Formats: sequence, C-alpha cells, structure tokens
Amino acid sequence: MDMLEQTQVALDSIKSNKLRSFLTTLGVIIGVASVILLVSIGEGLKTYLTDIFAGMGSNLLFVTPGKRNTKGGGHGGALSTVHKLTVDDARALGQRSYNIMGVAPRVVGGAAIENGSLSRDSVVLGTDEQYLKVHNLKVASGRFLLKEDSDGRRRVAVIGQTIAKELFGDTSALGRTVKVSDTRFRIVGIMRPKGQSLGIDYDEVVFIPVTCALDMFNQEGLSSLSIKAANPTNLQPAISDIRQILKHRHNNREDFTIISQADLLATANRITSTMTLVLLGIASISLLVGGIGIMNIMLVSVRERTREIGVRKAVGARRMDIMIQFLIESIVISLIGGAIGLLLGALISLGISSAVPEFPPPKITLWAVMVAFGFSVAVGIFFGVAPAKKAADLDPISALRYE
Amino acid sequence: MIEIEDVKKVYTMGAEKVHALRGVSLTVEDGAHMSIVGPSGSGKSTLMNVIGCLDSPTSGTYRLDGELVSEMGDDALATVRNRKIGFVFQTFNLLPRQSAVENVALPLLYAGTGRRERKERALAALSKVDLANRANHKPSELSGGQRQRVAIARALVNNPSILLADEPTGNLDQEVGREIIKLFEKLNADSGVTLVLVTHDRALASTAPRQVEIVDGHIVSDTGR
Repeated sequence: MDMLEQTQVALDSIKSNKLRSFLTTLGVIIGVASVILLVSIGEGLKTYLTDIFAGMGSNLLFVTPGKRNTKGGGHGGALSTVHKLTVDDARALGQRSYNIMGVAPRVVGGAAIENGSLSRDSVVLGTDEQYLKVHNLKVASGRFLLKEDSDGRRRVAVIGQTIAKELFGDTSALGRTVKVSDTRFRIVGIMRPKGQSLGIDYDEVVFIPVTCALDMFNQEGLSSLSIKAANPTNLQPAISDIRQILKHRHNNREDFTIISQADLLATANRITSTMTLVLLGIASISLLVGGIGIMNIMLVSVRERTREIGVRKAVGARRMDIMIQFLIESIVISLIGGAIGLLLGALISLGISSAVPEFPPPKITLWAVMVAFGFSVAVGIFFGVAPAKKAADLDPISALRYE
Repeated sequence: MIEIEDVKKVYTMGAEKVHALRGVSLTVEDGAHMSIVGPSGSGKSTLMNVIGCLDSPTSGTYRLDGELVSEMGDDALATVRNRKIGFVFQTFNLLPRQSAVENVALPLLYAGTGRRERKERALAALSKVDLANRANHKPSELSGGQRQRVAIARALVNNPSILLADEPTGNLDQEVGREIIKLFEKLNADSGVTLVLVTHDRALASTAPRQVEIVDGHIVSDTGR
C-alpha cells in the first residue's frame, strides 16, 4: 500500500474531525511559531551587530589601557602601576610603524552642551585630526580638528548633525560658539550624518581637541586608541607592531589590551548564538507540549477506531499497514501545525519589525525554517509511534468485537 | 480446500484455562455450501476465527488450499485473509466515513492493487450484489440489507476461495435476511466460492446442504456431506 493512499486515508480522518484536529495542531502551531519568532529575533540581532561592526571598517584595532584578562595569564600588576595611554603613545605608533595607517587618541566623557538657553547632555569625544580617517567619518561643512588644534589646545569643536539641529535649529552653527561644560568652544565643523556605530551615535557627539578633553575631564591618560591597520586582510603585523612599540614605551610591560574588530565580532556572535540557542530551547518546550497533545489525541483516536482497525486487519492489513496509517496521521497533523506555525511566526516577525522600527528587524533564516519543520516531523514521529504501535498490535478478533 | 485436523484452542483468562476447541477435525471441499451451528459458547466462533485465519490453533494443523496456515505468523495470516477469505459480519463492519465503493475496495488497497483497477473491481463486485447504483452512498445512507450487501461485495472483491459469514442475518428482519441467504446461495452456485455460514439459528443452518453442529468444543454431528 503506497504512501499516497496512506496519506489520503490520514487526511480523510483528520478532516472528519476538524475541530479536534485543529485543537491538536494548535500545540504544534504555537511551538513552531515561537521557534521561528525567537530564532528570527536572535538572527536579526546577530545581523544587526555584524552590520554595526562592518560599518566600522574591518581593519580597525583598539588599544585600551590595562591588561584585560582575555587570553588567560593576566598581568599581576595593580591598576596603579599601569602606564596611562598618552597622546605621545599615539603619535609614536603612527610614526614608527609602516603597518599602521592612522592612530587616533580617544578621550570619552559626557558634558552639558549649551547655546544660550538651549542645552543638552552629550558625548564629548576628545581626539585629533586622525579620527576622520581611522573611523571613516566625513565632515558635512567646515573642517575637522587639526593637529594644531590639539597642539595649541585651541577651543574649537566639531559637532554632529543632531546637536547642530537641536542647539541651532535651521541657522548655520559654523563659527558660532557653544559652552561645553562651561567652557566656550568655537564650532569649526559639522559632521555628516553617520548614526550609531559601536555604541556611539556620531550624530550626537561633540568632537574637541584631545588635549582640551584631557583637561576638561581631568584625565591623565586616554580612554583608548583607535588604530587603522594598513593591510585590511591581515591585522597581525599591525598588532605585533603596536605591542612592540607600546611595550618599549611602557618599561617593557604589556599594560594595555589590543582588541580587533574580529575579536568584538566573535564575542558578539558568541553572545547572540548562545542567546539564539537559549531561545530555541525555550521554544522547543512548547513543541514538546504540542507533541504530547498529539500523542494524547492519537491514543484517543486509536481507541475510537478500534473496530475500524479490526476491519482493516480482517480484510488483510498487516501490522505495518496499520502502523504507517496512524504514523502518517500524526505526522500530517504536526506538519500542518508546522506549516501554519511557520506562517504565524513569520507574520509576527514582520509585524514586530513594522511596529517597532527601532528593534533590530527579525531575520527568518532557512535553517530556522528547516529546524522548525524538522522538529514538527520529529514530534509527529516521536509522539505518533506509541499510539501507532498500539493500533498495530491490536488483536483483530477483539478489535472487531469492540463496542 | 479446508483441511482441519485435531485442532485445539485454549484461551487463558486470568488463572483459568478455557478450552474453546477440544480436538476438531473438518474437511471442506472447494465450492461447498455448509453451515456451522451451535449455541453460544460452543466454540463455533473460535472455529470460524481459525478457519478465517484470524486466530491460530493452540495445537493441531490447518491447511488451506494445501498451505499450512496453522504455522504462519501474523503478517502471513493477514495476507492469506486478504487473498482467500471474505468475511461477512453480523454488524456489517463497514467504515462509516467511506462510500460503499471505497468500503468494497478496501481489501484491494491492502492487496496493492492500483487505484483505477480497485475502483473497477469494486464496482463490479457491487453490481454482483445489485448495488451499483448506490456506489457513492455512505453506509449511513443505506438500509440494513443494503449495508450487508455492500459487506458481501467487499468480501467478494478479491475473489476469495472462502466466504465466511458470521450470523449474517442477525441484524436484519426476516424478509431481508432471506434475500441475503438467497444471494449467498446464488454466489455459491455461480462462482463456486466455498460458503461457510456460522449461526446459532438451526432454521438458518438448515438452508445449507451440509450442517456441522458443534457443542462444547466438539463436533457432535456432521450431516449432508
């Protein structure tokens, strides 16, 4: 007896009990929908993070002060013995290595930005002329910071689009002054819109010379160095140059940490993958519950159809024929549930991305679809076997007599 | 040909052993028309189940058309039932959701017959019982007599060698019951199928030329051979 016939028999039986079949499917629908939804949210998040890092440029390296224990064997020294990263460190790196295209110092702080009565809090980023090149940023009007600005501690600022709009409205901000933490700065440039990148919204940043920022935030050392390697496909030469030069300048101690974008991406991927798996695990529980629902109904169905099974056996159905009939029925139920759940999960995903634009758009991946479908078939088989076996094992004589 | 030799059947019900058949020997020639009669609990149902290959004897041998079916496993017995036995039950036992023609075609489904041939043969079987015009009716849309005729068509569809009828008129009124018996006689005469009628009703049993009476697991009389 071929599969097509068996499927037809299964479909007939499902159709003859529509409400019950639907309620049975509901468990699988909810399970598969949540698998699709949660996994696509996780995948969306992953894509979102990858895009952020890709936007930074792939040849970007960061140096932060202090040895972070990322690769084991941490530095024993206390924080007080750590050399600060200085502007001179940045300059030295830029001058002494062919493998480095640019080095930008960073001092990051927060401060109130004022223009008359208008005021807002903002990120203040102290840096120098290299920052544009290193971070692939562009100035919309005016100019960026110059070397002379840092050397001469000139009180000049370059502001992001959002700051310009909020503090100056439609009038040009170029040449005007703003108070940054009660110190007057002349605006010499306005950045092109860039948006979020690595946790900083560049449209809301005020750039000032790194020397001014160190004074303003009363810091001796830099927050970090941003370094652009000359060779985007192989960062190793740049990394070993940085390590060598800085160690030399820091009394032969590696009291700094070099982070590549690949490291960050790998970390982010690890986090999102783990999260996706956790979400998948949670969603699987509802699939499991759905499967138990199927098993329950199939057992009821076998009991109800005892006589039918008896008749089928009397006219020549073998154990396998009966087994396959009921197995196909439970697989068809779970597959229908899987298909509806897939659709539902996809719709909710789309609904989320259109209702909440700020949320990273969920991404429905092929593997999530395969997993959901595979799961529902597996649930159908796994929870269908016991009832099907029960049906196949029925004794035809007592099955025929069953009332 | 049915050749049963010293067949015993013992059921274990809890701690008790029930001897349903205590050594039955019976030979039925091809194309015979016989009845098995006996009160309830006499073992006639067990004998019918053995003949019908629904049940295997505890001891003794049963050869059907030369094949030793008493030694066969479940699946092999299912195949024998499919090819050689046609059952007609007191309660018809039609599948309620399937049409008459689908019910009739059911044995062919398990014989692996193709879809088109199944339908053709099922319709042919239905016309043998004069129900071709009701082919697409569900059992619930048919009268008792019509249902039993659908069941007979189902029993005949795979050209069995034995037609095994278990109280086939038990759920029908007398008039309709007589028609069914006439149909059986006609089928037996026309196609030469062996007809075995199992009943507790002596009047019904006496319509068959050969009557086997079973009491308490023994054959007590075998007349009209």
